[in-house]
Amino acid sequence: MKQRKLGYFIGKKILKLLCLLIVVCIASFWIVEQSPIDPVRAYIGEMSIQPEQKAKLEEYWGVNTPSHEKFMNWAGNILKGDFGISLIYRMPVTDVMKERFTASIILMASSWLMSGILGFILGIIAGMKNGTLVDKVIKTYCYILIAAPTFWLALIMLLVFSVYLGWFPIGLGIPIGTVADDVTFLDRIHHLILPTITLSLLGVASIAMFTREKLIEVMSSDYILFAKARGERGLGLIMRHGIRNVALPAITLQFLGFSELFGGAVLVEQVFSYPGIGQAAVAAGLRSDVPLLLGIVIVSTIFVFFGNLVADIIYEFIDPRIKQQEMTT
Amino acid sequence: MEDIDRITTKKARNNEALLKVKDISLSFIQYTSGLRQTELKVISNLNLEAYSGEILAVVGSSGSGKSLLAHAILGILPSNARLYGSMEYNGQPLTQEKKEEIRGKEIALIPQSTNYLDPLMRISNQVIGNVNEKNKESIKKLQRYVFQKYNLKPEVDRMFPHELSGGMIRRVLVSTAVISSARLVIADEPTPGLDEKNLKETLSYFKDMANKGCAVILITHDIDAALKISDRIAIFYAGTILEEANIEDFANDGENLRHPYTRALWNALPQNKFKAIKGHQPMQDEIIEGCFFYERCSIKNELCSKGIPELKTINGGLVRCNNVS
Amino acid sequence: MSTAVLTINKGLSGGLNLRQKTILLISFMSLLLLTIVICSLFINERSLSTDFDSKNLAPSLKHPFGTDWMGRDMFIRTIEGLGLSIMIGAFASLISTLISVILGLFSSVGKIADSFVSWLVDLFLSIPHLLLIILISIGFGGGATGVIIGVALTHWPSLTRVVRAEIKQLKTQEYVHISRNFGKSRWWIATKHILPHLIPKFILGTILMFPHAILHEASITFLGFGLSPHEPAIGIILSESMKYLSAGYWWLAFFPGLSLLIVILAFDMIGENLGKLMNPKKAHD
Repeated sequence: MKQRKLGYFIGKKILKLLCLLIVVCIASFWIVEQSPIDPVRAYIGEMSIQPEQKAKLEEYWGVNTPSHEKFMNWAGNILKGDFGISLIYRMPVTDVMKERFTASIILMASSWLMSGILGFILGIIAGMKNGTLVDKVIKTYCYILIAAPTFWLALIMLLVFSVYLGWFPIGLGIPIGTVADDVTFLDRIHHLILPTITLSLLGVASIAMFTREKLIEVMSSDYILFAKARGERGLGLIMRHGIRNVALPAITLQFLGFSELFGGAVLVEQVFSYPGIGQAAVAAGLRSDVPLLLGIVIVSTIFVFFGNLVADIIYEFIDPRIKQQEMTT
Repeated sequence: MEDIDRITTKKARNNEALLKVKDISLSFIQYTSGLRQTELKVISNLNLEAYSGEILAVVGSSGSGKSLLAHAILGILPSNARLYGSMEYNGQPLTQEKKEEIRGKEIALIPQSTNYLDPLMRISNQVIGNVNEKNKESIKKLQRYVFQKYNLKPEVDRMFPHELSGGMIRRVLVSTAVISSARLVIADEPTPGLDEKNLKETLSYFKDMANKGCAVILITHDIDAALKISDRIAIFYAGTILEEANIEDFANDGENLRHPYTRALWNALPQNKFKAIKGHQPMQDEIIEGCFFYERCSIKNELCSKGIPELKTINGGLVRCNNVS
Repeated sequence: MSTAVLTINKGLSGGLNLRQKTILLISFMSLLLLTIVICSLFINERSLSTDFDSKNLAPSLKHPFGTDWMGRDMFIRTIEGLGLSIMIGAFASLISTLISVILGLFSSVGKIADSFVSWLVDLFLSIPHLLLIILISIGFGGGATGVIIGVALTHWPSLTRVVRAEIKQLKTQEYVHISRNFGKSRWWIATKHILPHLIPKFILGTILMFPHAILHEASITFLGFGLSPHEPAIGIILSESMKYLSAGYWWLAFFPGLSLLIVILAFDMIGENLGKLMNPKKAHD
């Protein structure tokens, strides 16, 4: 029965995703269409060009075709898996995104994990020691991190660890002058460490604050009162009842944070010149690479949706408390 | 004289009270709108004695702070609570440290609802509690035995709290106290929502515990249930106990009852005169200079509005009233 | 019978109580922000003049934040940048609040309106925020206007959510039912009964939106969108500083960013403490 419910749920979600994608496609296409930016200009850049070539390009980009026709062409191609040609990288958008997204996923996944684990531990400690100096230190740290501009923190990390200490390279995902194939695994790791740490540091704050508050809420619940009345106390009490009840909501929150994770990655990638999807998005935006920008919008929408979907599944199918609430209402 | 004789000859009364609550008051520090700090008094000048082998019922209307009395005895009040006065357990002062040491072992709480069970932990693990590995097997066996007695099937062991019915939850909660081998059991509102059969059954559990030598404090708003099984009844009103009477005093027209409120309460019962008392209990945020029952009392005099009446022992019961002798 | 609300007021001598501390903190932070904005308005061209004799100076008493490659005083540039950021943040927050007021009230009109609003909120939250701002600012032709519009149009969803929940709760209140039974129109109820209760929420929501708007504005400027390199925006100062990092001119990045952090913290603290004043249940932490 549960499998059937899950199947039904997934089906509903896929339908929802399709609707969402259609709307996002229409809306973002419409927004870009409003823009006074000229795709041919963006493509040509500084090159000099013959008028007939220009006319050809204009035809290719559909400068003179009406918007709705242009949209239908574009959308039709997307259905076929063709996102068009990136203006700045001069290759298919799908290839650019594949390469860039892989790099970003490694960065985002590792910092997502690190920030989740570190944040959860800090939150539990702060909540446990609620009101003490330790709690105040952790709280202050989180407040400052939430207020810190992502890119500034990245700059400071770069300044300290790359410029002064010289432990890490100043930029680029791979060393300059090496062909992509020659890059060793260690090189990649070396270039990944600083961006990952920066991105994790930022993610720690929200999850730690949430875990702290949730733990305090749980610790003032009736069942903790009863556990205390039965002689449970200290670390054992928190291990037995606290973490059990805080873990699922915290994991759920971590999945709901995909949107912010992406935003953080954009800034961090920019500072560290890490060749990920975020950096590509900025380049596409700055240099009016409309096909690439739209492609990234679509991919990131799916990415965020996936995070929300996992959170929903945890909420609906794994956490037994939900059924309890359904019963009482 | 006859009364006193009967009390002294009664089974457990020759020894000291297991728990003595002496003149406790409880208040909460709160912040109201605009962060003004206020102190809200919920229990004032409350005295209570619980004897081994007896059931003491604390009867009062819902939401009047009775549960907080239980929490105060167990030392599980929230951090913004201030507790004044003293308690004694087994002849020794019951301090917060002592409470933390003996709760769960000597003193057990039977809470009122499913909210007191961890929603994400299987029933059997909760009932067993946090025990070290080597005792686990034997306690697990004991738990199964107690569950069997209370007609809880083996599959209940692996269920989560939300999968159980109200009656089952009640039995699970009672069994936590049974397997703890506590000497003092405090049951907080164990009767609401139970049908006649379940009610009788639940009450019989408490009788069993008392017969085994436990001191049972039964906190309830249901005076009928209290009359059925308890040995003594304490009347909780506006954060204090107006009278602690023996069960035998509740007879006829209540002429043996000491406090006018207890008498009025007795007369309000359907099987008696079914005559309700006028007025309502004072609110928690009202300051009352004199007797808490002053506003509604039929035999008040001027003295009653000045200061809380002294606690007197009359006919083997305790009472706070100026006009009894 | 008098009420037992004994106000415990230790007075100034015995240490401040929570209420006084909170109010003091709010006043101090507001004053700080106000000073920054006013100062930034009075900075004239002359004080930002280039002076190549004193370029790339490390922080000193004369130049507390150091000077940049054109010999401009970084402290003055930072103050001016912060003032600009706060004003853009203020504008964006006001617009976003206005949108949430309209959408919130609109959602109270009926079921279809409500699901439309919640759909719109979900839609806006489905694209990473930064990307959405980039997209919108491009749609408006980029430049300063594009960025400001992008920031202003994207900060309303969370407040709208809060407002929607609040309205749902208010609608179950007795007096709303009575008004409805008296035949008052939905719009009348929305403006006369619901709006007044929401005003504190909106004020708090606007203040809490500020830091987000400012941070987004700074981030997007840092990435190179919008404001021209001549504007003294914090984002531009920081992206400029990147070029001088390897040269070791750390002050170019450190102080402006730190100042921005302090401004954001100040807004967060004002919002948080105002929230405590309005909702005392949270004060026990």
